[in-house]
Amino acid sequence: MALINPKTKEVQVKLVYYGPGRGGKTTNLEYIYNKYQDRMTTKLTTVKTYGDRTLFFDFLPLDIGMIGGYNIKMQLYTVPGQVKYQATRRLVLRGVDGVVFVADSMALREKMNVLSLKDLQENLATFDKNIFKIPLVIQYNKRDLAKEKIPLLPTEKLENILNKQLKAPSFAASALTGENVVETMKKAISLTVSSLQQKLAIKQG
Amino acid sequence: MDYTVELDEKQFETMENILAKELIEVGVQSLLLIDLAGNILISLNDGKARHDVYSLAALAAGNFGAVSEIAKIIGETDFSLLFHKGEKESIHFSRVADDLLLITVFGKEVSLGFLRLKVAEAIKKITALL
Repeated sequence: MALINPKTKEVQVKLVYYGPGRGGKTTNLEYIYNKYQDRMTTKLTTVKTYGDRTLFFDFLPLDIGMIGGYNIKMQLYTVPGQVKYQATRRLVLRGVDGVVFVADSMALREKMNVLSLKDLQENLATFDKNIFKIPLVIQYNKRDLAKEKIPLLPTEKLENILNKQLKAPSFAASALTGENVVETMKKAISLTVSSLQQKLAIKQG
Repeated sequence: MDYTVELDEKQFETMENILAKELIEVGVQSLLLIDLAGNILISLNDGKARHDVYSLAALAAGNFGAVSEIAKIIGETDFSLLFHKGEKESIHFSRVADDLLLITVFGKEVSLGFLRLKVAEAIKKITALL
């Protein structure tokens, strides 16, 4: 849940990158950090295994400026995607305000995408949050692999499998090259903050 | 979007004063009052401590959450003490009401027993405001 501090005039908003293991959630945050680190005062925090798999979460705080007289601080998190870290994903989702679902475009990962999305829906429900109502953006990652002749699912098929009912904004992307990484983040921030503005207006009124 | 911890400016100020008096003034180097999602409500220090408080808050919330789950697995409701001892600085975690955590970083000059006493007093006063 967004934390509004009327004394410091600051709002902290939590955005979680979710998705199957090895899908590119951490790579998204690494790209964002590398791109903007000159403007940041804090670094990217990662808790990972020796094999470079996310163990607990990655964390990147971002100041995005003033809205409605409040300084908005986005807290970007990723979750560990491997199936065995179910309990950890639930922990990290606590207090979430917006989600970026990073889907793996590789054809052999089709089933894992579906399972991960279902997992997200169930974990959100444990906090009385509805996947159809929470600010959500879907990213179809790894589109760069097409150049290496690795079989990918067409984005139309991914839309049909993952987004037919949700109808969330979606982006074809490559976290490795940076294509649409920032655009995904900006859309997620925009959706998340727009619901905040109403609350801030009520507080100021 | 939910806003389950809502405090007004006066409450923030009163809580800050309590924490400064009960903890910073007795030698605690820095403290954070955070929610279980890792958001910072209050951050105070002795003027010398320089920690990355946002990362500390996120990790602390995750740590506390993980330890709470461990407690449930072994049949406990919660652990009464969560504390990590360092060579020069140590860190103590304490739950405040249902939704908040008080994290204190302190050096060798403050004993754990004394800190736990002062933390308990501070928490009692803060809880009365919530």
